[in-house]
Amino acid sequence: MSRNGPLALAFNALFVTFMLAPLAVVVAVSLTPTGYLEFPPSGLSLRWFRAILDNPDFIAAFWTSLYLGIASATLATLVAVPAGLAIGRYRFAGRGALVGLFMSPLTVPSIVLGISFLRFLTTIGLSGTFVGLVACHAIIVMPYVLRLVLAAVVGLDRDAEKAAVSLGASSFTAFRRVTLPMILPGVAGGWVLAFITSFDEVTVTVFIVNPSTLTLPVRLFAHITQTTDPLVASISTMIILFTVLLLFLLERFYGLERLLVGGGGRE
Amino acid sequence: MAETNPRAAYLLSAPALALFLALIVAPLVMTFLLSFYVFGFYTGIEPAFDLKNYADVLSDGYFHEIFARTFLIALAVTAIAAVLGTPEAYILYRMRSAWRSLILLAILGPLLISVVVRTLGWAILIGNKGVINETLMGLGLIASPIRLLYTSTGIVIALVHVLVPFMVIAVWAALHKQNPDTERAAASLGAGQATIFFRIVLPQAMPGILSGSLIVFSLAASAFATPAILGGRRTKVVATTVYDEFLNTLNWPLGAAIAMLLLVAVLVVLLSYNRFVERRYAQVFG
Repeated sequence: MSRNGPLALAFNALFVTFMLAPLAVVVAVSLTPTGYLEFPPSGLSLRWFRAILDNPDFIAAFWTSLYLGIASATLATLVAVPAGLAIGRYRFAGRGALVGLFMSPLTVPSIVLGISFLRFLTTIGLSGTFVGLVACHAIIVMPYVLRLVLAAVVGLDRDAEKAAVSLGASSFTAFRRVTLPMILPGVAGGWVLAFITSFDEVTVTVFIVNPSTLTLPVRLFAHITQTTDPLVASISTMIILFTVLLLFLLERFYGLERLLVGGGGRE
Repeated sequence: MAETNPRAAYLLSAPALALFLALIVAPLVMTFLLSFYVFGFYTGIEPAFDLKNYADVLSDGYFHEIFARTFLIALAVTAIAAVLGTPEAYILYRMRSAWRSLILLAILGPLLISVVVRTLGWAILIGNKGVINETLMGLGLIASPIRLLYTSTGIVIALVHVLVPFMVIAVWAALHKQNPDTERAAASLGAGQATIFFRIVLPQAMPGILSGSLIVFSLAASAFATPAILGGRRTKVVATTVYDEFLNTLNWPLGAAIAMLLLVAVLVVLLSYNRFVERRYAQVFG
């Protein structure tokens, strides 16, 4: 294969700059010692990172987002693993419809999902509750988990499991001791991707939170639409660092290329 | 666990199915019904079956403008994402793997960072006293700042940034399905770089560009956070209008009708696009 020419490399450099510029600029302005957003910052100071500690509502929102991400990713994984086994291994009536249904959170516009969840949760009296948030987020992140579980199940070698069963293992033991360890990278990768998706979600969440269950992105969104001070930049920088840490974990566990280009993401 | 036992399959998918029936099918049906309810400032929301909300939206120039703006923004974002994302995917495809992983991380990593954070970055970059305007004025290239914040142009720039990774992924996947020998054959027959790209690579990347366009278009048409932050009060799109109806005006039935029209519009575009693509490719590969 021929190498990229200088023109291609220049285009690539510009493209990468375009992708990273908004993130770099957020990190840069968060280090300002002044009371307003300035670029380039006139000095370097962690003043606005200390300021995060004086804003307990942002810290509370971070914990809400963290617990919400863990709970919804776990719930989605618990239902996606058996569903993935069923879809990946069996041919049955309604299989295509089932896949379509489980993937539908990707096709239905988020804004439509948001108002539908609001309407539904209000009717059953769960609007604004943490339980309601977990259930709705589990729906939103389900496609990501299911896709990685399916990729793992489809590529699975069935002989090991058959051997376990022929040696007298029950089908549940065979699943727990043989199948599960083999699909674990896909399941773990799906869980982390689901966690990140839930942790970042704003369009749906903005409809179904109340002041006591505000998530971090929704709290940040509300703050930005009112005023922009360096505090939003320092909090955003913390979010960027946190996500980069998770990306690093994903790379170790699953491989980013495989996750984003292969089984994961949208097709 | 035999593959032919459908009962096991139904049992295994039952928990997920129950969750989805309760939390996506029921809410969508309820919202669809809600769009026919009537709303009064003193009476609140009353159950009914009235087409008034749809008639209001479809006959009001104010809503026409919002739908047209949303559609044009989505179209512009899709076109720009295709023009930028396709060559980038091809460059990545030809890159050595050590470099490629790093560049891929830089391009696809932002996908996993909250859209609120990314949009904040653009607000800092494109404001009247933002980085871009200050730099251009400092260089003496422009006399007064270009107005980007609170305009459709600003929204388009930021949405391209948010959504172009989906295009890169889709085109990349298509490129991996092509046979590298076709490029070598063209080169050995004397084709230049440009000819190879436009005559050999681009046609084979087309399915990826088309599926990437579908994703980018539908996400751009229903984007909320980016237009809400960068568009402000003035430059409203469909998603921010629905938000205002639900959380400010509290006219839920009208908001539901607008959202349903968005859903239908997006689905119609997706389905007709799909049919167009299928017909075209039936001709090419049929």
